[in-house]
Amino acid sequence: MAQIDSEKYAVATQLQLTWWRFRRHRLAMVSMVLLFACYLLAAFADFLATTDPHATDARTSYIAPQGIHLFDDDGSLRPHVYGIKGVRDMKTFKLIYTIDPSRKVYIEFFGQGYEYDLFGLIPTRVHLMTLKDAERGDGIYLLGTDLLGRDLWSRLMVATRVSLTIGLVGVTISLFLGVLLGGISAVYGGIVDTVIQRTIEVIRSMPTIPLWLGLAAALPNDWSVLQIYFAITIIISLLAWTDLARVVRGKFLALKEEDFVMAAELAGASQGRIIFRHMLPSFASHIIAAVSLALPAMIISETSLSFLGLGLRPPAISWGILLQDAQNIQTLALAPWLLISAIPVVVVILAFNFLGDGLRDAADPYG
Amino acid sequence: MIAFITRRLLLGVMTVWLISILSFVIIQLPPGDFVDAYIAQLSSSGSQVSAAEAENLRKLYGLGEPFYVQYGKWLARIVTGDFGESMEWRRPVTEVIGDRLWLTLLLSLSALLVTWGLALPIGIFSAVRQYSFADYAFTLVGFIGIAVPNFLLALVIMYFSFVWFGASVGGLFSAEMALAPWGWDKVWDLMKHLPLPAVILALGGTAQLIRIMRANLLDELRRPYVVTARAKGLSEFRTIVKYPVRAALNPFASNIAYLFPYLVSGSIIVSIVLGLPTVGPLLVKALVAQDMFLAGTIVLLLGVMTVVGTFISDLVLMWVDPRIRHQMD
Amino acid sequence: MAEPILSVRDLKTQFFGPEGVVRAVDGVDFDVFEGRTLGVVGESGCGKSVTARSVLGIVDRPGRVVGGSILLRPAGGGAAVDLAKLSNEEMRKYRGPEIALVFQEPMASFSQHYTIGNQIGEGIKLHLGLDERAAKKRAIELLDMVGVPQPARRVDDYPFQLSGGLRQRVMIAMALSCDPRVLIADEPTTALDVTTQAQILDLLRSLQQQKGLAIILITHDMGVIAEMAHDVSVMYLGRAVETGSVKEIFTAPRHPYTRALLRSIPTVLAKPRTRLPTIEGSIPHPFERPKGCAYHPRCAEIIGPVCEKFEPPAVNTADGRQVRCFLHGGAPAQEVAA
Ligand SMILES: Nc1ncnc2c1ncn2[C@@H]1O[C@H](COP(=O)(O)OP(=O)(O)OP(=O)(O)O)[C@@H](O)[C@H]1O
Ligand SMILES: [Mg+2]
Repeated sequence: MAQIDSEKYAVATQLQLTWWRFRRHRLAMVSMVLLFACYLLAAFADFLATTDPHATDARTSYIAPQGIHLFDDDGSLRPHVYGIKGVRDMKTFKLIYTIDPSRKVYIEFFGQGYEYDLFGLIPTRVHLMTLKDAERGDGIYLLGTDLLGRDLWSRLMVATRVSLTIGLVGVTISLFLGVLLGGISAVYGGIVDTVIQRTIEVIRSMPTIPLWLGLAAALPNDWSVLQIYFAITIIISLLAWTDLARVVRGKFLALKEEDFVMAAELAGASQGRIIFRHMLPSFASHIIAAVSLALPAMIISETSLSFLGLGLRPPAISWGILLQDAQNIQTLALAPWLLISAIPVVVVILAFNFLGDGLRDAADPYG
Repeated sequence: MIAFITRRLLLGVMTVWLISILSFVIIQLPPGDFVDAYIAQLSSSGSQVSAAEAENLRKLYGLGEPFYVQYGKWLARIVTGDFGESMEWRRPVTEVIGDRLWLTLLLSLSALLVTWGLALPIGIFSAVRQYSFADYAFTLVGFIGIAVPNFLLALVIMYFSFVWFGASVGGLFSAEMALAPWGWDKVWDLMKHLPLPAVILALGGTAQLIRIMRANLLDELRRPYVVTARAKGLSEFRTIVKYPVRAALNPFASNIAYLFPYLVSGSIIVSIVLGLPTVGPLLVKALVAQDMFLAGTIVLLLGVMTVVGTFISDLVLMWVDPRIRHQMD
Repeated sequence: MAEPILSVRDLKTQFFGPEGVVRAVDGVDFDVFEGRTLGVVGESGCGKSVTARSVLGIVDRPGRVVGGSILLRPAGGGAAVDLAKLSNEEMRKYRGPEIALVFQEPMASFSQHYTIGNQIGEGIKLHLGLDERAAKKRAIELLDMVGVPQPARRVDDYPFQLSGGLRQRVMIAMALSCDPRVLIADEPTTALDVTTQAQILDLLRSLQQQKGLAIILITHDMGVIAEMAHDVSVMYLGRAVETGSVKEIFTAPRHPYTRALLRSIPTVLAKPRTRLPTIEGSIPHPFERPKGCAYHPRCAEIIGPVCEKFEPPAVNTADGRQVRCFLHGGAPAQEVAA
């Protein structure tokens, strides 16, 4: 038994070794599964949404979250929610809409709702849950609604997709810059190295939020949601590649001294071959770890910018934009459920941190 | 030692220079030249600008000339203390900013002190009592501190203090003190309001620093010089505080160079949530209103402030680490 | 022979790690006498350093001295104190004034954040009650004594400003700062080049003659033992397998492990390009301690099943030596589980 194990180790690549060590980190494993689930959720955001996340309706302004009732009066399994009704406030004479427990609206699974493109490709109307025979204003308000009467659950689903992918895109750009510049820095050394290292130090010693804000504010007003999305991503990643570059450079330099790289050099392998065939694979796990620690920082950046009204702009939906509505304490007192959007932010960032920590430990058990 | 200081000073100057370029870019970025924007602003508020006056303004700012000429003119004016005029407030930018810059500095420095004051003892404790219950508890709290962006923390605290105490916790002054002239009363009022925002701002950095301190100290505790100190018969407390903690302070100190910009950054967003009279809300308002001289100046001043702070922290690092002091010997 | 200053009996130190218990020191006996040097030899990992630390009660967590006695005879005579029974607090006043330690790596064993004067003076202030100035004066005297040039200037240097040899001298000065009676030198010369090594050994020898120090010299270099030690204790996997005077052990080694060790010293007289005999196999992992005599899997002179099943007890031979090997008698008393 022990014999077999040690043989397995002998032929394992660095990545496999990292993976074996990683599996022992319970918390990191749980986080990975959780994040996977979140991305899955994001992929099916519109399918999971119950109402059009952009549709406004004055009637449904600030409806409190309501649960789904599973059983009908006769005890049969018929999931339903309550409808809404208008009540005249006798002091202000304003019509106020609230939940009406006397009227049941039944839920239909895989029913037809608003139109969307599944995975951005397949136009469809199918949703996980829709309402049957709904009157105007009725909805499955799992997380309540905002001032404009938009369903927060549906908005949260779409926001999750936007915020999670912005992190991925941003990290990809940072990673590209980081590996490129870190690698160049390490391989060429000398003056190139000095310049890159100083640049990194300069960037790291600048207060980022004011700069982001300044750059983001300069984006033209008439840009489309998609253009803004990419512009913001690029702005964020322009200042975020430095950590990755440092990791890459450090590993490169350490590896240069390692025996197997020397051996490859002596054997006459070309520089490109040495880098891509021998060096990159051996620190791929370090890069993965660094990436998973950079991702949450990206997500926080986007959320902060959008929260301040200088990142993504409505009609785009992201976590920051959802939280922007919760900025005002009077609003919060009136509709505390607006803060619910904070929970996925915290959970996802926490999960990324655990995952990154686990990966880093696994990649570098002695460091 | 001199080499170290020179290197750091040069780096600081380079950073300031880069920040000044970026600030100027920010001023320039909005479409159209800002004299147009200025004129539009003025005429919307009823006053007219003649063509000749507009032409004068254009010449003053070097509009129409290449970027570097404009930048040079702008820089030359800044050096003499002329930061231009805020279009929204129609007052010199420096006047609009007023005390806000100092309050930003005060808030960031307080947060730095809180970060140190919390991270140092907790980090030491967690390392010395590794795997104890308290270590796990601090680690958990630390993770949450890292994962909750500080504006979110501010929001949540605002909400609960509103729900539980019915009071808003925002601001750096009480209502009756906000406009009062400076005096002991006002300083005292500020001191009473400062801790909460400082703690909120400090939490994320504290959590990170605790982790760094813990990891460093765990490393240092394994070193042979700790055994040497024990072999001398020193008490355990003295052994740990004098030797490994001192060594672990080193990366701790060098980390401040990155912590300070981080805190200044964070202060902007926390100030907005808590309604603090720092430059944060002013900056965002200026950016939204495209009041570019004001915005650019704030970015520049914040940048300079961070660079100075970072330089000071380098001096601290030098004081902590004799190896740097004696590099020249 | 006189009474020993320090006699260690059946010392056992174990590390309680998450993967299991490591018996780093597993029943070590030795005596140290005034003015004499006890050499402790053995391959890497056999527990030499842990033995040294156990004597001072400074074994790192998760390690702990779990058994045995460490008897220290007080300076003015009287009943011996068992250091193994003292609390950490009580033990502190013995570290420095009674027993001092010199380490293998002079660089790593100094803190880089304080001057050497500060680090030497610390113990002086603590144990001898001198004030700052007097402590510094004494530090300068000590530096002078160990042959550091310009001691009054050097005292304000940081360790990273000194050469390796000087650093080891300073380390010795620090160890001697409170006039200890026993000096444990844990591979004091391993990190040094041959010339410096000889100088440091000379220094130790002359200090011993001046002060009548009892020295425990830990090394894996038989050459150093031959040059320095009066008595020798050969360790294998946490146990002293043979103890005796240096002359006897070098001329007539009894334990097969000692013989193997001696065979593997290069001699100037050997024919060029002859292969040095090495010991077969490698040291077992501490978790996989062999049953019976721990050395049996590598032993060239194995007797038979008795070596595999039973642990050889310590046998006192006629010439005052102690050997743990069935070749030299001893009844297979108890069967020992792995
Ligand atoms: N902190 C520790 N935790 C767990 N095991 C330890 C620890 N320190 C030492 N050991 C174990 O104790 C055994 C003896 O170690 P020791 O340092 O005494 O060896 P040594 O004889 O001094 O070797 P060297 O010649 O390399 O210095 C080793 O096998 C090691 O596994
Ligand atoms: Mg050792």
